[in-house]
Amino acid sequence: MMIEARNLSKSYRRGGQVVPVLSAIDLDIGAGEFVALMGPSGSGKSTLLNLIAGIDKPSAGVLRVNGLDIASLGEAQLADWRARAVGFIFQFYNLLPVLTAFENVELPLLLTRLTRRERREHAETALAMVGLSDRMKHYPSELSGGQQQRVAIARAIITDPEILVADEPTGDLDRVSAAEVLDLLERLNAQMGKTIVMVTHDQRAAEAAHRLIHLDKGVLINGRHAEAAHDAPASS
Amino acid sequence: MYFLKLIGRNSLRHKLRTALTTLGIVIAVLAFGLLQTVVDAWYAGANAASATRLVTRNAISLVFPLPITYRDRIRQIAGVRSVSQANWFGGVYISERNFFPQFAVDAATYFDMYPELVIPPDQLQAFLRDRKGCIVGRKLAQTYGWRVGDVVPLRGTIHPGTWEFVIRGIYQGRDTSTDEVQFFFHWQYLNESLRRSQSQLVDTTGIFLIDVDDPERTAEIARAVDATFRNSLAETLTETEKAFQLGFVSMTEAIVVAIRLVSFLVIVIILAVMANTMAMSARERLAEYATLKAIGFAPGFVRRLILGESIAISLAGSALGCALTFPVAHLFVSRMGTLFPVFQVSAQTVALQIAAGLLIGVIAAVAPGIRAGRVRIAEGLRAVG
Repeated sequence: MMIEARNLSKSYRRGGQVVPVLSAIDLDIGAGEFVALMGPSGSGKSTLLNLIAGIDKPSAGVLRVNGLDIASLGEAQLADWRARAVGFIFQFYNLLPVLTAFENVELPLLLTRLTRRERREHAETALAMVGLSDRMKHYPSELSGGQQQRVAIARAIITDPEILVADEPTGDLDRVSAAEVLDLLERLNAQMGKTIVMVTHDQRAAEAAHRLIHLDKGVLINGRHAEAAHDAPASS
Repeated sequence: MYFLKLIGRNSLRHKLRTALTTLGIVIAVLAFGLLQTVVDAWYAGANAASATRLVTRNAISLVFPLPITYRDRIRQIAGVRSVSQANWFGGVYISERNFFPQFAVDAATYFDMYPELVIPPDQLQAFLRDRKGCIVGRKLAQTYGWRVGDVVPLRGTIHPGTWEFVIRGIYQGRDTSTDEVQFFFHWQYLNESLRRSQSQLVDTTGIFLIDVDDPERTAEIARAVDATFRNSLAETLTETEKAFQLGFVSMTEAIVVAIRLVSFLVIVIILAVMANTMAMSARERLAEYATLKAIGFAPGFVRRLILGESIAISLAGSALGCALTFPVAHLFVSRMGTLFPVFQVSAQTVALQIAAGLLIGVIAAVAPGIRAGRVRIAEGLRAVG
């Protein structure tokens, strides 16, 4: 299993009160799977994504990613692990506006021992994969939303991570751009074998996934396969 | 390189905000430098004092004179190389606004004792030959457009009447810390004139200047001088030239303290402004810092980014402020006339300005740096810039 969660819980303390967000989640995601997490707002899907990505820690339970118990890692170890193993795709792209497309893509490689030349080659390849070779010197403000998201995807895959986590990757895009981004994610999954966990409200985006996982009020409702889910009505 | 590029671009992200903050730092550092230079100017006399010179004055007060006969007795004290005398004249040139110090000095000995006052030999000889001659400083001559041969009338305030002096020489300071706005004339001329108008002051002087052969023995010689005149009608107080000069500074110490305080206050105020700028920038970029942390950068990287940006802005401002201090100080002193005989931006002041800039940069980055470093990634990603 690439991702294995057992009895996974997360709660926050607000004003002296403990607010449960995720309760006793049991979940398995295989290597090379493309999974969509769906559910209404406040259902805990983004929290689950954050736990899987190692940017938040569970309150209880076990979470193993590729056999590694990431909950037991310290902050610095976790940062190293994220740099190696996780690629992030955000709803609002989260590119650094002062860096060009090329520099944004190159950014995660600064944490590696690659030479400048190697970094350049990698960044050029990643940008070519997302079809933006001709936009390398453009700043994010000079790119459309779809292009910015593709730059973000190039940044996510530049370190060749095991998992891609995508939080509403099409949430800020028009229909055409969203389709391009989903197509790109499908190709990354099919051709490069990337395990993708995607949070989405968009039924069309969910259809790109192999499996839909529904959450409601912090509880896992089901884990249907895409073919079955396609026949079901939209949950949100 | 990448890190510096990121700092540079972040610094210029809000050009107007950065420009205004930098301008504030420029003004603060400039004001700090000027005020420090004013304080330095206050102490210029004391700092330029020689370690081998002592000053003897009346023990009761400087306003009471000493008999000129003391000079020979002082000369006989072991360790004394030479003795000279000077008398404050307190004259007015045209109007009270034109202030500069005037001294009646023993022409034969005074300039030997002050090698820092450099006078062309022919001019010194001309001065020694002319009873009504005077020697003036280069800056003083420049201020009033005087040249050798010009007649300078002074209205006496302590010694009534109009006194006319012929400029026989113009001295230059040996170095930049030498006071070049002094006016010297013959003590003999003053003394002879006093016989007619103020006979009680005849054969007296304000101070004796003593050159000693060993700076290590100044305290011992000073005690010996004062012991010589103990229980006389005019007891003496002898101190080093530096202590004598500091005595004048201490009379206006409250002003010096106030100036120092204001100079540091200016830095504290701009520090608050800079801290606010950095806090605003860091708050706006919280999502970016969270993104950097998410993709694997350590909190220290984020803190260094903020620190680097803060230092870049503050050092740019302080460098510009330092550079501007020199022409502004020049302009300031030219407008002040002869009020500040020595007005120099010292290396120490420049170092303090740079240090202040660095301090502003570091302190302003502390709070936003800590906050950005500590922010939870999930929380930071939700932040709206």
